[in-house]
Amino acid sequence: MSEELVKLTIEGVEVSVPRGTTVIEAAKEAGINIPHYCYHKGLPIAGVCRMCLVQIEGAPKLQISCATEVAEGQVVRVFGEEESKARSSVLEFLLINHPLDCPICDQSGECELQDFTFDERQGQSRYNDFPKRYDPAEQFGDDVMFVANRCILCTRCVRFMDHAAEEPVLNVSERGDRAFIGMHPDAELNHPWAGNVVDLCPVGSLISKDFLHKARVWELDHTDSICTGCSQGCNIHIDTREELVVRLRPRANEDVNKFFMCDEGRSNYRWLNSGDRIEAPLVAEGGSLVASGWDHALARVAQIVKGSTGDAVVLASGKSSNESLFFLRELFGEFDLKAHFRNFTVDGELPLSGVEGLALREERIPNGTGARQLGYDDSFNGVSNASIFLILGDDLEGITPEMLSGAKNFIYVGTTLPEAARNADVVLPATTVAEEDGTYVNRDNRVQRFSQARTAPGMGRPAWWAFAEVLKELGRGDAVDTAAEAFDAMASNVGAFNGMSYSTLGKNGQKLAESSAGVSK
Amino acid sequence: MGYPHKSDPKENVVLSEYFGDAGARTYDGWVERGGYKALKTALGMEPNAVTDIVKQSGLRGRGGAGFPTGLKWSFMPKEKTRAHYLCCNADESEPGTFKDREIMRWTPHALIEGCAIGQYAIGAEVCYIYIRGEFTEPIKVMQAALDAAYANGVLGDNAMGSGKKLDMYIHRGAGAYICGEETALMNSIEGRRGNPRIKPPFPAAAGLFGMPTTINNVETLAAVPHIINRGAEWYSGLSLASEKSSGTKLLSVCGNVRKPGNYEVTMGFPLKELIYDLCGGMPEGRTLKAVIPGGSSVPILTREEAEGCILDYEGCVAAGTMLGSGGVIVFDDSVDMVYQIMRLAKFYAHESCAQCTQCREGTAWTVRILERILAGKGTQDDIDLLLDLADQMTGKTICVLSDSCAVPVVSGITKFRDEFDAYISGAREPVLTHG
Amino acid sequence: MQEAAEYQSVFVGAAREKLDDIMSRYPTKRAALLPALWIVQEERDWIPEGAMIEIAELLDITAAQVKGVATFYTMYHKHPVGENFIQVCTTSPCNVCGAENVVKALLKETGCGELGATSPDGKFTITEVECLGACGFATPIMVNDDFLDSVTMETVPEVVARYRDGKATG
Repeated sequence: MSEELVKLTIEGVEVSVPRGTTVIEAAKEAGINIPHYCYHKGLPIAGVCRMCLVQIEGAPKLQISCATEVAEGQVVRVFGEEESKARSSVLEFLLINHPLDCPICDQSGECELQDFTFDERQGQSRYNDFPKRYDPAEQFGDDVMFVANRCILCTRCVRFMDHAAEEPVLNVSERGDRAFIGMHPDAELNHPWAGNVVDLCPVGSLISKDFLHKARVWELDHTDSICTGCSQGCNIHIDTREELVVRLRPRANEDVNKFFMCDEGRSNYRWLNSGDRIEAPLVAEGGSLVASGWDHALARVAQIVKGSTGDAVVLASGKSSNESLFFLRELFGEFDLKAHFRNFTVDGELPLSGVEGLALREERIPNGTGARQLGYDDSFNGVSNASIFLILGDDLEGITPEMLSGAKNFIYVGTTLPEAARNADVVLPATTVAEEDGTYVNRDNRVQRFSQARTAPGMGRPAWWAFAEVLKELGRGDAVDTAAEAFDAMASNVGAFNGMSYSTLGKNGQKLAESSAGVSK
Repeated sequence: MGYPHKSDPKENVVLSEYFGDAGARTYDGWVERGGYKALKTALGMEPNAVTDIVKQSGLRGRGGAGFPTGLKWSFMPKEKTRAHYLCCNADESEPGTFKDREIMRWTPHALIEGCAIGQYAIGAEVCYIYIRGEFTEPIKVMQAALDAAYANGVLGDNAMGSGKKLDMYIHRGAGAYICGEETALMNSIEGRRGNPRIKPPFPAAAGLFGMPTTINNVETLAAVPHIINRGAEWYSGLSLASEKSSGTKLLSVCGNVRKPGNYEVTMGFPLKELIYDLCGGMPEGRTLKAVIPGGSSVPILTREEAEGCILDYEGCVAAGTMLGSGGVIVFDDSVDMVYQIMRLAKFYAHESCAQCTQCREGTAWTVRILERILAGKGTQDDIDLLLDLADQMTGKTICVLSDSCAVPVVSGITKFRDEFDAYISGAREPVLTHG
Repeated sequence: MQEAAEYQSVFVGAAREKLDDIMSRYPTKRAALLPALWIVQEERDWIPEGAMIEIAELLDITAAQVKGVATFYTMYHKHPVGENFIQVCTTSPCNVCGAENVVKALLKETGCGELGATSPDGKFTITEVECLGACGFATPIMVNDDFLDSVTMETVPEVVARYRDGKATG
């Protein structure tokens, strides 16, 4: 792409950016975050908070950097006296009616009003003796609460509903200092993507009831991950507090989900905290499953594989990582293998209609594309006359014990033990997406990494590790210690992933080669 | 004429010639008085030639900004692949100003004729006349005149037989001062909150409905037929002082004068003569204290400054103020300046659209401090605070409403500091109980 | 919700025709929003929430958008008001000409007692308003859609009497 570059100087730092870039974005290139509230890269520009005022040499007055385009030779000052004073002043204006109820505010710790006030060393208000505006909190929707007193009228929420959700149920009502974010009493903020207004709100005015008073945000650990709700593969943060997943939030990726995630994905985290877990390998002995160490269980699996020939059938969860799916295939490389994955589809997408290419997709699993690339199909309808049957993952909904009974040997690898799996010969405790590193491939063939956010309970280990250990036991491979090694092994074996490496996937992922031919034989 | 008073020989009656003459309101009456000749003439010319005449006349926007009208028209794109619009700003809301009201009440066809010429010059088939909602009578009169103009073929698909399509509609406002700001007015026509838009884009590039748009004040457009009829040279020659200000100006005089009303004078007329001669001077036993010469958004003049002020764009700037909309507010020596400045600040706080932080919060905060001073609870720190807030409310927002609130505060404190001090020291009895 | 159930459509018959005619003047439906709100106020004297829903449906926008606009413009009544709604300009130019005395006289004469309150007989509600654009004719007041200028505390009783026995016009 040939883009015309414009050279400018921001606080003495020379940067070159494409023509049409705004000063606020150009400043990021210079390593400067110009304080702002109403501006958000994913929304139309409003230019109303006036926080991002900067000095542009030659301009008669300060300019808002969010709405000013770069120009050749422009000299921009961000931290000079005049513009710093203007920003301090905006903060003082914003704070005169702000309740300063930070001790009980959910946003505290990730509040842009707090942060910029701290940055500008704004310690005092001259708004003495006057009462603050007071309006009661309201329910905007099933999960979104509006605490009017904290609102700074940046209108990000209104613009999101107008232009991204294209369901304008929020408005600015009244005017002057009586203005507030309002709704019509007959409407509700329950659009399938409405929860994004909570993330967009720079202060604690729009908050999630689900997260209300659950944690102080500074107690949270944030881990980069991928939503498992559908094939869109929205990039997310898993926020954990002492090993408990308490919140999922979108993580910006311009190529996948911009800045957003849907409410269904956002609320889909409780299963990650499930207490009903397999904590140790189990081996069938005398008609019942008996807890064992990993060595014993893996040896038992190796023994089954070694002692069998002919047909093998595997059924993997749609949430299985590419790495686990790859090593599972490798494990049965010498069999006539029927590899299936469990798919779930729902009729109709729920798009974020104002944003191109973003929807809660019909395919409600995160790695259907990866599974297909690795030679799995979603046409499982039972097992008959197989020597080995292996289930990876927990999605046994709709599967009856009869469907599983047609194999000589049955190995179950998962996190919980469903009724249908109780007659397994070996059960291996696996990890959830939140407990391991790995990759998924989304519907647009983008390979994306997720990272471990919490420790697996008991002796749970990633499935790819277990399969690699069995292969080592069988003398067909070396130990694989990290997801990176697992991925790189896959990349050198499977055509579609050729040339990729775990480390270069980065935070935003990489697309599979266009000419990918799927699994290599 | 000095409506509602008799015309004074010192006036130069052009736009106001028929103020008070009900006969001028009807289509026939207007034609009898020479109406629609200018439109006929214009329709026989090239649109650019019409714009050139207006350019040469030196006509400048009468709404407040004083931008050259012909130049504004010339910014409109020449290609006509998209609809072009003309908006007539009849949202007259600047405190102290009531001239457009009289133009519409008495000479509605003058405005229609001016709009039609403007439409033709900029290639706009549609003109919306945005009249403030409170102007119920002007709306009725204008609507009747529009109906008559359509009935007589002045407007419509074949305007005056020219083959040109000229449509004109009234859009009624509903109580919002800020809709007098050009982009807020466009939002209001579009069915939105009257929020001023960030510029660029400027209206000539993307205005009403995203299309190239020109917006002119009532008085500006009403002057255009006279310029077409009598020539650019005649108009540009109408000047008593600065060459950069030409034509006549309707001045709305209100407050403490014996004969408040609209007076039309040649540009460059002395403010002193306006107040003492045309308006009959101060009420019995009173003396002049202060004047706001261009609507409430311009700096207040002291008596001495006012008596030396020349009423044109340059003269007002020289006096430290602005001609603005030509709304002359006169205060006599009985006026409590602190109280009136609070009233003006309250006006702006009430009218702030709520978009920009400084304006939304600053206007309301300013009122509270002024009320505190008037309640006898103010301190000298409050004065510094008012000035500091005013500084931060100036030049930092999308439109100038915030600046306009700061203007009377700063000029009031600077020029009438003793009145503030009297409340603060307790020398003056508090007039408010809250604050 | 209860109100919505009881709501009777405004835009039927002549009102609907009027709106359709207005809509033909603009390239977008939404541009007819201010006129549509005016029609509702003419028909109902105020703008009920139900009318906002009806307008939203007619103009292909949402009720929230209608409400955001309706609450921006102070002339639209979002609550029922007295039979005669009086607005008195008290901005500076009128203020120095005795506008606040006009307000006091009106409050006394109508029995409203205070600003924003409706008189015991339900006939009057009085509010202060910012500049009505007739500063040379102090003090201008609006009674419903009637614009009266040069009102003084002395002429207030006559004005109130005129409106007490039903809505006068002009």
